Amino acid sequence: MDVLRALVSGVPLTLGVTACAFVLGAVLAVPVLLMLRSRVLGVRVLARVAVDLVRGIPPVVWLFILYFGVTFGGWQFSAFNAAVVGLGIISAAYLTEIYRGALRGIHVGQWEAGQALGLSGMTMFRSIIGPQAWRIALPTVATYAISLLKDSSIASVIGVTDVMFNATAETRQGENGLVVLGIAAAVYIVLSVPLAVVSRMLDARMRAAVAR
Amino acid sequence: MSWLTSWGDYFPQLLDGLKVSLLLTGGALVVGLPLGLLLALGVQAKRRVLRFPALLVVEVGRGAPALVILQFAYFGLPAAGLVLSAYAAATAALVWGVAAYTSEIFRAGLNAVPAGELEAADALGMTRRDRLRFVVMPQGLRIALPALIGIAILIFQSTALAYSIAVRELLSQAYSIGSSNFDYLSVLTLAGLMYAAVSIPATWLTIGLERRITARS
Repeated sequence: MDVLRALVSGVPLTLGVTACAFVLGAVLAVPVLLMLRSRVLGVRVLARVAVDLVRGIPPVVWLFILYFGVTFGGWQFSAFNAAVVGLGIISAAYLTEIYRGALRGIHVGQWEAGQALGLSGMTMFRSIIGPQAWRIALPTVATYAISLLKDSSIASVIGVTDVMFNATAETRQGENGLVVLGIAAAVYIVLSVPLAVVSRMLDARMRAAVAR
Repeated sequence: MSWLTSWGDYFPQLLDGLKVSLLLTGGALVVGLPLGLLLALGVQAKRRVLRFPALLVVEVGRGAPALVILQFAYFGLPAAGLVLSAYAAATAALVWGVAAYTSEIFRAGLNAVPAGELEAADALGMTRRDRLRFVVMPQGLRIALPALIGIAILIFQSTALAYSIAVRELLSQAYSIGSSNFDYLSVLTLAGLMYAAVSIPATWLTIGLERRITARS
């Protein structure tokens, strides 16, 4: 029971890293998406290279670069901030692709109808494209959030005292590794269940509300 | 310029690490892919004795973080009397990941074979085994290929986690250079670029394959 208590005490940090990184990624993905769709070739290429590079490097390497590599004078990232910024940047790259896929999933007729009505780009996006794209993207975004929750365990290697960190510490102190890590796996699976349920529910309901 | 000269010094040692990362990936795929295919068939089996264990292996493999599975193989299994070297433990954990993730892809691929093909095979009087071998497998595997390469990239990237159990792969080589001369930023950046130099072209490959497959169907 002590083991369970030790692992559960890491849950707030696991959820904290996941939530902060997710919000950072979801917001950052918007300007990157606009850059990917820019009329200027140079901007498009720059955004493409950035997204590919971010996704091409393993998350743990990003965290190491930020935590050990980035220093300005005496300043450096705290473990928590390095984890949030690193996973946030990675999330931004993946979410950009998800948003882009959602925009592609909207029928051309919807854009044409907006133009035919003489709507401005902003209005068209806000009242026609945006709401539908959101519905297409949401289930995939929820699935991504689950994988981000699992990836947040990587923060433990730079010293964020999350569920994973406590599991490793308990094991090193001589607790039965089979039991400790089994419980850790169960904790992560239980944490991801609500997200999985929401994603499955949204998938059916949201897709029904998109014009084809 | 100083970065480029130091990169020249670091590169040979990091290349040794990259070889270990690639070998780990290769080993995990060679053992994990057939297991994934077996699990895909197991999850769809009619008998519960086959279905439940297969489901458990797949759901835990996909639901638990890769790092938990890795630590489980290295620190957990000895408690059950099975002591693995760091390299063997890393391979075992990656095999589990490959098998669990690819089983879902195999399942989707096999189910994507049109029903008409199955009916045609039945009409020709093929046995179920022949139908699986000559009709379902060749087409299903082709459909699954791009997603399988996607998993291979994911597994290659997660070999970096083996750093945490002291396997001498790319990240751990970079970290040991960094901790000896504190040139972390430069050596870790080079390591990151070496990971990217493998994963990015592999991603292009999956995009190309996907386009060819959709063009055909």
